[in-house]
Amino acid sequence: MRTPLFLLIALLVAGVIFLLMRLPDMEYLFVAGYVIVQYIVLATAWNILGGYTGYVNFGSAAFFAIGAYSTVALVTVANEIDELMPASLAPFFHLFMPLPIPVLIVIGGMVCGIVGLGMGYLTLRLRGAFFAIATLAMAVVLQTLVVNWEFVGGSSGAYILRPGEFPGLGSYMQYLFGLMLLLAVLALVAARTIERSRLGYGFAAIRDDELAAEASGVPTLRLKLVATTLSGALMGMAGAPFPYYIGYLQPQSAFGLEYAVNSIAMPMIGGTTTWVGPLIGTLLLGTLQQVANVTISSAVNLLLVGLLLIGFVIVAPNGLVGLFEDRWRARGSK
Amino acid sequence: MDFPFDLLINAIVAGLLLGGFYAAVTAGISISFGMLDIVNIAHPAFIILGSYIAYILGISLGIDPIVTSVIVLPLFFALGCGIYQVYYLAFEKRGQESLRGLAFFFGVLFVTEVVLILVFGVDYRYVEAPYIGPNLRLGMIDLPLRMLVPCVAALILFGALQLLITRTFTGRAIMAVSQDQLALQLMAANPVNIKRIAFGASIATAAVAGALLIIIQPVEPSVGREYIGRVFAICVLGGLGSMPGTLIAAMLLGVVESITSTFYGPSWSPAVAFGFLLLTLAFRPSGLLGR
Repeated sequence: MRTPLFLLIALLVAGVIFLLMRLPDMEYLFVAGYVIVQYIVLATAWNILGGYTGYVNFGSAAFFAIGAYSTVALVTVANEIDELMPASLAPFFHLFMPLPIPVLIVIGGMVCGIVGLGMGYLTLRLRGAFFAIATLAMAVVLQTLVVNWEFVGGSSGAYILRPGEFPGLGSYMQYLFGLMLLLAVLALVAARTIERSRLGYGFAAIRDDELAAEASGVPTLRLKLVATTLSGALMGMAGAPFPYYIGYLQPQSAFGLEYAVNSIAMPMIGGTTTWVGPLIGTLLLGTLQQVANVTISSAVNLLLVGLLLIGFVIVAPNGLVGLFEDRWRARGSK
Repeated sequence: MDFPFDLLINAIVAGLLLGGFYAAVTAGISISFGMLDIVNIAHPAFIILGSYIAYILGISLGIDPIVTSVIVLPLFFALGCGIYQVYYLAFEKRGQESLRGLAFFFGVLFVTEVVLILVFGVDYRYVEAPYIGPNLRLGMIDLPLRMLVPCVAALILFGALQLLITRTFTGRAIMAVSQDQLALQLMAANPVNIKRIAFGASIATAAVAGALLIIIQPVEPSVGREYIGRVFAICVLGGLGSMPGTLIAAMLLGVVESITSTFYGPSWSPAVAFGFLLLTLAFRPSGLLGR
């Protein structure tokens, strides 16, 4: 299937989902749905680096938080300017400030892409494990920086006022959900396109045997940097609207370990070699979590994710997609 | 403005004491990551587990945390052997240790933390011992016993490990397994057995490190995460698996962190380890005493 056709179908599916969710008059559907769709973006982003090239990023939460905090910083800047602005200029200023969320998403993505590139540049020339450890340490350090940065609220957090309505759509939550849905479509199309391009074959060569890839002329370092940048940027884009969703952003919640765990567990459970894997993993695990969150408790639901991750890694190393492929292949050979 | 000289001296001494403790925390990683090539990022979680065991026995039976850690040492050793067995069968044997092995240990880290939160909650826990509180004073230098005792205990642990590794057959086999498995087999030693023992020993050090941790500071389940950056920074800076290098690196990090927190405030000290790690990776990836 060609990419434009795939894009069209993905957009159609997203549109149908959005319209279907509007049918029952239930705001909570969007609140819960937002989290799941956000994880589709995070899991797909993680998979571009982790699944395609085999470099594990434990710092998803940090990229997500940078995206979120770049929004907080920009909104705070806008508010500060607003107070200094003479009344005559204010209406003009309000035309483009605070920045609309799509612009914030692009900025968050750019910031995180740069961070990803820097991380990769410092660590990717060494063995893969160093990259993983550095991402883990980076999450702790960036959290330290944000906690000490009073401008964005420091350790006590920052409030972001969410407008009640979005013109033409109804509630603001629906607008946020719709944006995230578009972002998920973008992420999936990007992942699928990469998978079938020269870039994707290069990534796969690195994953299977980096030394052999290097020897056959694959520019491994450059490809790995492309992967970290892309993956980081997508994670940042997923984080940028988050302050509007949550209303009150705190370092503890933005850097929560559950983002790191989920964005690894979801692709691992679904299957890491194709774009379908993270999608399936997220739909299953994300829905399960939302249900468990309501019916049991949030701590138990995190335990569930951890145990599922360990279980799948040991028993089904190629995830659900791998299990199906094995069965399909076994039937084909009969 | 005259420079606060006594403040600096005290910061350095406190840093050296802290560094001794860091050496105990890193000893296990030096074995598992440095020598066996097993990226055990769950190590800090086992340290926290050790802290909680010291806490439980201290509260219910009144046993000293360091004595507790020696008692549970065999248990942790067995736990380590068990984990290695799973790791070996599921990942090493299939040759998938890099990506999935990492995810496995990450899952173990996460599950341990969540279980501790479910059982104990997120309150800070601490132990009581006669040496927590009093200060030793030498001239203008303060030596808080709650730092001095863990530092001495850590150095003893470290010395014992170093002796074990350099003087016994098993210890030398552990060093050999990181270099040449085939040659080790020719010496009639089974690499898998040797690795299992070594990984058991690395987890066993977590029991001691955990007891020392809860003497130094109150502990809650997510404290371990702060140590991930530190232990790997020390391990890499020390030159992956070199025990003397690890000790020097631990002391160095302790001093720099202590100076940072004295002059800039304690909320900045976690950033120091990361800076160390990145600088080392960028300029001298083989570490201070690397091969």
